[in-house]
Amino acid sequence: MLGVDSLTLPFNKRTLANGLDVIVHEDHHVPIVAVNIWYHVGSKDEQPGRTGFAHLFEHLMFEGSEHHNAGFFAPLQQAGGVLNGSTNTDRTNYWEVVPTSAVDLALWMESDRMGYLLPAVTPERFENQRDVVLNERRQNYENRPYGFALMAVTAALFPEDHPYHGLTIGSADDIRAMRLEDVQAFFRAYYHPANASLTLAGDIETARAFDLAERYFGELPPGPRAAPARRTAALASEVRLVLEDRVEMPRVYMAWLSPPMFDAGDAELDLLGDLLANGKTSRLYRTLVYERRVALDVSAHQSSRELAGFFLLVATAAPGGSLSDIAAIIDQELQRLIEAGPSESEMERARVQVAAHFMYRLQTVGGFGGKSDQLNAYNVLRGDPGFFPADLSRYREATIVSVRDATARFLGFDRRVILSVVPRGQHGLALSGSKPVSVS
Amino acid sequence: MRADRSRLPDVGPDPAFRFPSIARHTLHNGLQVRTVEHHTVPVVTLVVQMDTGAVADPPGREGLAAITADMVDEGTGSLTAIEVSEGLARIGAAYDVDVGADATHFSLTTLSRFADRGATLLADILLRPSLRASDFDRVRQMRLDRLRQLKDLPSAVAERAFLWLMYGEHPYGHLSIGTAQALDVLALEDVAAFHAARFRPSRATITIAGPLSHGGLLRLADEAFSGWSEDSTPVEMEEPREVGLQGDAAVPTRLAVVPRDGAPQSELRIGHLSARRNTPDYPALLVMNAVLGGQFVSRINLKLREEKGYTYGARSGFDWRRGMTPFSLQASVHTASTADAISDCLAELDGIRGSRPPSEQEMSLAKASLTRGYPRGFETAQQVARSVAQLALFGLPDSYFEEFVPRVHAVEAADVVRAAERYVDPARAVTLVVGDYEAVAESLRPLGLGEPQVLPADV
Repeated sequence: MLGVDSLTLPFNKRTLANGLDVIVHEDHHVPIVAVNIWYHVGSKDEQPGRTGFAHLFEHLMFEGSEHHNAGFFAPLQQAGGVLNGSTNTDRTNYWEVVPTSAVDLALWMESDRMGYLLPAVTPERFENQRDVVLNERRQNYENRPYGFALMAVTAALFPEDHPYHGLTIGSADDIRAMRLEDVQAFFRAYYHPANASLTLAGDIETARAFDLAERYFGELPPGPRAAPARRTAALASEVRLVLEDRVEMPRVYMAWLSPPMFDAGDAELDLLGDLLANGKTSRLYRTLVYERRVALDVSAHQSSRELAGFFLLVATAAPGGSLSDIAAIIDQELQRLIEAGPSESEMERARVQVAAHFMYRLQTVGGFGGKSDQLNAYNVLRGDPGFFPADLSRYREATIVSVRDATARFLGFDRRVILSVVPRGQHGLALSGSKPVSVS
Repeated sequence: MRADRSRLPDVGPDPAFRFPSIARHTLHNGLQVRTVEHHTVPVVTLVVQMDTGAVADPPGREGLAAITADMVDEGTGSLTAIEVSEGLARIGAAYDVDVGADATHFSLTTLSRFADRGATLLADILLRPSLRASDFDRVRQMRLDRLRQLKDLPSAVAERAFLWLMYGEHPYGHLSIGTAQALDVLALEDVAAFHAARFRPSRATITIAGPLSHGGLLRLADEAFSGWSEDSTPVEMEEPREVGLQGDAAVPTRLAVVPRDGAPQSELRIGHLSARRNTPDYPALLVMNAVLGGQFVSRINLKLREEKGYTYGARSGFDWRRGMTPFSLQASVHTASTADAISDCLAELDGIRGSRPPSEQEMSLAKASLTRGYPRGFETAQQVARSVAQLALFGLPDSYFEEFVPRVHAVEAADVVRAAERYVDPARAVTLVVGDYEAVAESLRPLGLGEPQVLPADV
């Protein structure tokens, strides 16, 4: 009756002799196949002075490989496919969604750039993509309201030598200073079968999928297992910062260090974000936006990553609303949650929403967040593509007490970063005691 | 067997695909219902299309359609706004409102087991909104504040200024959110009157997709919406007047600038009015746009991004409407490259009209990417319901999906050039720059586009 039986994500997995994990999920509703590959490398693996490198490297993966020494978009778009890639702190993913008739093509191309990228990386291509990435940074950070806020937040949360200190996009100076030589070492260290996970999902038989994976990837030699990056972060006090920006309304960002993905408390903080600040039913929307009208918007989420997480709460002041009023109301609500936890009614609502969102995640085979991407995420970060039901259980098993305890344990008032972003020249709108910070 | 790396593998014949079959029904109150069986996961999507987009905003009341769409879920019957949201949350529903130029779409996606409750909630929202004064004040103020915030967002500033340059005072000439001047004087009575006049079964179409039979899907609509009565008061509704290719602007402008001091990039829009969605040249225009700027490998992205590195991405497209539609190139380019990027864009507009007609390879790539990738858009109930709603919006036949591929295949290179000659014209195009005026002013002069019209961020 609850429809729980259909909440599964079945698959088969094999590991090739060279260490490449291959995962297959069949779904024959539409004649398309999603090819998705994760490399277990992200900005966390960058060297000091080389921030932004993992992401710039991702761009080069679309510019050609030894046996197809030209852009990757043309053949795949000609075949009716779509493709993209992305880099975050922990991993870099690449995907294609192609008609069933073009699976060979997609696998040929993915395997060629895994095995034979370097001969195609020329100085011209490298410099061109460096300019493209500088423009990506301008468009998404420098020329966008509040675009620097998250950089200031992670820089304050994580110490300078922590892999999460900077955002994946990197610093503009570092991007400008990058050299072609760096590409080769990075490729050899991280882009090989033993550091990758390949998922095929969609209109393909499992046996054929494994055969094709072997045919295209089996010849590639394994590389060294990457040593996991490890650093710890801790906040000993409340850090108050202020950043001036070209914005109309002041905004406050509150951030706490929190558990890494899948660790104890991660699911609870995820649920907390929803009941605290997401949507009109959330506590802070109700008080800040609906009743008191001191804020225009409020949101919160547990940003959980492989090495560490952070819980982020953001609220934008309404005209006439002050950041100090907003911060005081947030603290009151947190205090109530630390003392009493959520209500049973809130937990019931959260359980239905979780079930629905897990179901919605089963609707597409490809792209960012589709079934192929999820199977790879579970495989790379848990070593188990079958983690879907266990992931769901983490949320199902959360209780009033466990949410309350996670709130109390991780969201202390005395160890957080509070950033005020204020209109230029209006420093006085920041929370009291905030130290100016500059980001560029 | 090892891979043969001497050449790319062949792509097999296109797999067969059955596009959704649409059943049409009319409830006794006149409401049009379209149902599509979509048997994958137990998820149902309902899309109610109200025939009221931003184009329905009366002069001086810009933003009325959008604020009405925003107000309807702020309480129904005795429920408050929060209680309505609570009802949606308790069935895990995703509720979404999209106010377009010609119509507004209210979508609700939920688990099949909650489909009845979802349909009932959606009907409550649309048919029985409370429209309370206190909610109106709050919603209006938030929209005014949002407009203030949009002044800092270059893409939104560009969209707003570009529409104004295209249409002037014509009702297509404003963003659906409207203007501060209009929102300042809007009253709850305007919303109530708009709702009473426009939210009628005869002006709505509902599309439902999900893992039920046509009969089961129809029952959802019938039980929730059959109580919607057609008000017998006739409404005089003025259709938006026609707008010609030159828009409503009194003096044609070739170049406009919205200054943004110190901006690291210039947000560009280059284009003009072109055609209506129902033009018979639609397939030729799709192919033309795929060659010119509709996909990654199109001419302008390859030029501006992959060759010159001026931008993170450049594209072109039609913002399709029932009436005259704008066609534009869009890119956010490094400030120092602004004039060069504009000049490259104008050259590409010129090239596609004949000096550089699409090559055989470009034609084959454009057509293949449009047709072979087409089934991908029918994976989820939401995609299916929204696609079918588009057919209703533009009066397209139920056979449209089936006919799409053969129609695109029939387009020849000569058709593309003819379409480009007729609908694309760099001499008529307006170039809009949202960027650091002081930094780019000198470099714009040699483009020969004349003195720029300088516009505020909230024109």
